[in-house]
Amino acid sequence: MKPIAPKPMPRRFHQARWDEPIIFELSQPGQRGVLLPPVEAGIKQQVGNPAQALPEPLRRVVPPALPEMSQIHVLRHYARLSQENLGVDLNIDVGQGTCTMKYSPKINDQLTRTHKLSELHPLQDESTVQGILEVMYRLEGMLKEISGMDRVSLQPGAGSAAIYANICMIRAYHEARGEGKQRDEVITTIFSHPSNAAAAKVAGYKIITLYPDENGYPDFEALKAAVSERTAALLITNPEDTGIFNPRIAEFVEVVHAAGGLCSYDQANANGILGITRAREAGFDVCHFNLHKTFSTPHGCGGPGAGASGVTEKLIPFLPVPTVEFNGEKYFLDYNRPQSIGKVRPFYGVTPNLLRAYAWIMSLGADGLREVSEVAVLNNNYLLNKVLEIRGVSAPYAKGKRRIEQVRYSWEQLTRETGVTSEEIEIRVTDFGMHYWTSHHPFVVPEPMTLEPTESYSRADLDEYVAVLRQIAEEAYTNPEIIKTAPHNSTIHRIHHEPFDNPAEWAVTWRAYKRKTG
Amino acid sequence: MRLLASFASKGPMQLGLIVNPIAGIGGRVGLKGSDGAEIQRLALELGAIPLAGERAAAALEVLRPLAGEMELLTAPGPMGEDVARQCGFVPRPLPLSLKKRGQTTAEDTRQAARAMREAGVNLILFAGGDGTARDIYEAIGNDFPVLGIPAGVKIHSAVYAVTPRSAGELAADFLRGRRLRLQEAEVLDLDEDSYRAGRILTRLYGYLTIPYRREAVQNQKVPTPESEAVQAQAIAAEVIEQMQPDMAYLLGPGTTTRAVAEALGLPKTLVGVDIICRGELLAADVGERQILDMLDQRPLGLIITPTGGQGFLLGRGNQQISPDVIRRIERKNILVICLASKIAMLRGRPLLVDTGDSETDRLLSGYLPVITGYHEKIIYKVAS
Repeated sequence: MKPIAPKPMPRRFHQARWDEPIIFELSQPGQRGVLLPPVEAGIKQQVGNPAQALPEPLRRVVPPALPEMSQIHVLRHYARLSQENLGVDLNIDVGQGTCTMKYSPKINDQLTRTHKLSELHPLQDESTVQGILEVMYRLEGMLKEISGMDRVSLQPGAGSAAIYANICMIRAYHEARGEGKQRDEVITTIFSHPSNAAAAKVAGYKIITLYPDENGYPDFEALKAAVSERTAALLITNPEDTGIFNPRIAEFVEVVHAAGGLCSYDQANANGILGITRAREAGFDVCHFNLHKTFSTPHGCGGPGAGASGVTEKLIPFLPVPTVEFNGEKYFLDYNRPQSIGKVRPFYGVTPNLLRAYAWIMSLGADGLREVSEVAVLNNNYLLNKVLEIRGVSAPYAKGKRRIEQVRYSWEQLTRETGVTSEEIEIRVTDFGMHYWTSHHPFVVPEPMTLEPTESYSRADLDEYVAVLRQIAEEAYTNPEIIKTAPHNSTIHRIHHEPFDNPAEWAVTWRAYKRKTG
Repeated sequence: MRLLASFASKGPMQLGLIVNPIAGIGGRVGLKGSDGAEIQRLALELGAIPLAGERAAAALEVLRPLAGEMELLTAPGPMGEDVARQCGFVPRPLPLSLKKRGQTTAEDTRQAARAMREAGVNLILFAGGDGTARDIYEAIGNDFPVLGIPAGVKIHSAVYAVTPRSAGELAADFLRGRRLRLQEAEVLDLDEDSYRAGRILTRLYGYLTIPYRREAVQNQKVPTPESEAVQAQAIAAEVIEQMQPDMAYLLGPGTTTRAVAEALGLPKTLVGVDIICRGELLAADVGERQILDMLDQRPLGLIITPTGGQGFLLGRGNQQISPDVIRRIERKNILVICLASKIAMLRGRPLLVDTGDSETDRLLSGYLPVITGYHEKIIYKVAS
């Protein structure tokens, strides 16, 4: 018998391409997935016309324009689309830095599918949902311990929603002190998550952004120039998206506090600091976690994720309603909170993800969480050393120092020497069944690539990812045309970005598309 | 904002090539520029070797695979034809007569550019320096796609590719109809007499339209995609909200300040300073004297934007806003505006002021708020 031939490295990859139409284009009038038997006369007589039970304004005049398809056509459609996709279960997903694409254990998914959770209704009486309320209560307790905050709300739908909840609580706090009008500015940094600026802007604040100093830390002197009696809050990520931890973070907090502002810690990048450092010790008043990043729940292709907003004592009155309470005998929901900012999401948040996060933390314990961070940091610094061996790539700022859980690399040198840009490499990477993203505008780090390996990937995984980058860098110097004409083995070819910025050209629904194309 | 598609892909490809053969000859012999017949004579006497041809050849090298599919229209002799033949092209030289071989003039460049525009080439590639860019701009204005091959001593203008090779690559991408952006890029030039005397005085002469891909253009000049047009509008909205109703404002040169004028429905002198008040244009393209006269009558505010690439806030292209003017404007009435992507291109370097008066420069140094959008600003370092 012949031995099995060794597989090439990097591996060969070829993705399916189906030229699959939009589901609305597949619609055939009269096709059905399920044909329901006609309602029996007796039942009809008893029930009458059920639509009449609905209030008049809620009744449709015309049926919805949904696609009409048989089951197999629906199944085939989505199975094909799934083959034209890449995801965390399919590739070595270290390229979506800042997103913490770690493994979501399948057993936690199975937990959410049990009828004990899936058949719950949010309007059930409290006495019948004691189990899930206990899970929420205990999860809040764990996140309090992890952050050092005094209370945590699990209601926000994801990170940006949590930041929005936080800034709303901060506004309520200033309003309660009669300073709401005066404090109309929020300070953030260019390497913090853009959600901080965006969420605060949505809440009506004016945004001041700080740029990095030569070491890559936010410019402390600029912060001093920025704070004033108009400062409502500092919203900052640490470590920032460069993977550099700001060692002066406590001083930043002091400067803002001295001016009467509050400080909100974006802990979306918490995967490298669990059990090592906490928002409380750095002096923060508010913080948030993304459960779908650090605590392993699925990102769900942009939603639903789950956020958690933590606050110190003085902000507890402003938490979203309801809070989950325990009186020593039973768990209950407290809506009687007159200073609350109200709701930031229906009911109690994204409950299945709360259960997944709870299960994940319970499976690890306190020591396990710290080990998660240690492995994530170790993986990242292994990757850093390997990537820096590749020609044309660098890690701007903090030269010679290690990073926390991710690194924002730059292909600037390679671009200057070969004309190949990071966005072109990004496309070429898909030819190997991998991906990274460059959504880091404005490009303060030129030709950026942000890699975050988390704790989920093995050394062999990281070596494979590096092998792909190394091969592409070599191609850039020897045969750039292969990169400039990529992808060759992937489904989607070049996407033009211009329409994303042009309201006349974008359409996020089929109806909008029909309207705009006539 | 226009996309390339409207210029490319009309019939067979045609590329125009203009080489300013004397561009850059002053540099090697330390003459700080090559403008003026006397300097050119002196440079040649000092043993200068014309470099522009070599630079153009490096760009043409990249374009050679396209030789069979396109027509190369060149200026005659040393202004393009010769180097094209050396590189294995069969060019079609324009029927222009040059004054003298070896000593071409600015008018030759202008004449060639006009002829190529008329011939309807897809793109004009020109090798030269800031002076050449000025000539091209004077000849054909800012609504025809061109691209510079850097060959001059002074390259302050943002219309040049980083290297001759990348000029060739950009031109090739453009001709192949790859979707690139077109953007207006600054034509800046020093006043060479003062430059030779050791003083730096730059003027903004206008804008040329170039195909653009980030990193391939000198000074890493900023893109102007749709999002940035929207950003400029957002900046304008913020500025208008901050403008005090009875205050008159000096509106400095630039495309971002132009967005403010556009939002107010006013014309704007792109390369000059205008004075506006209450949504009206009080005076267009004013000099220092007029500004000082105005300051005698009323207080003024100032709205300025830094130059692309080098990030000069004052002292490059806006010398009308002199130290005497600055001293009489309250700092709180100075509104600095800039696209975030333009700030990113500074790579952390501070914005610069160089008014010629160190006291004034010091006054403006430190950390300044820079408006980058509606209700959005950054705090950024300014140095002299």
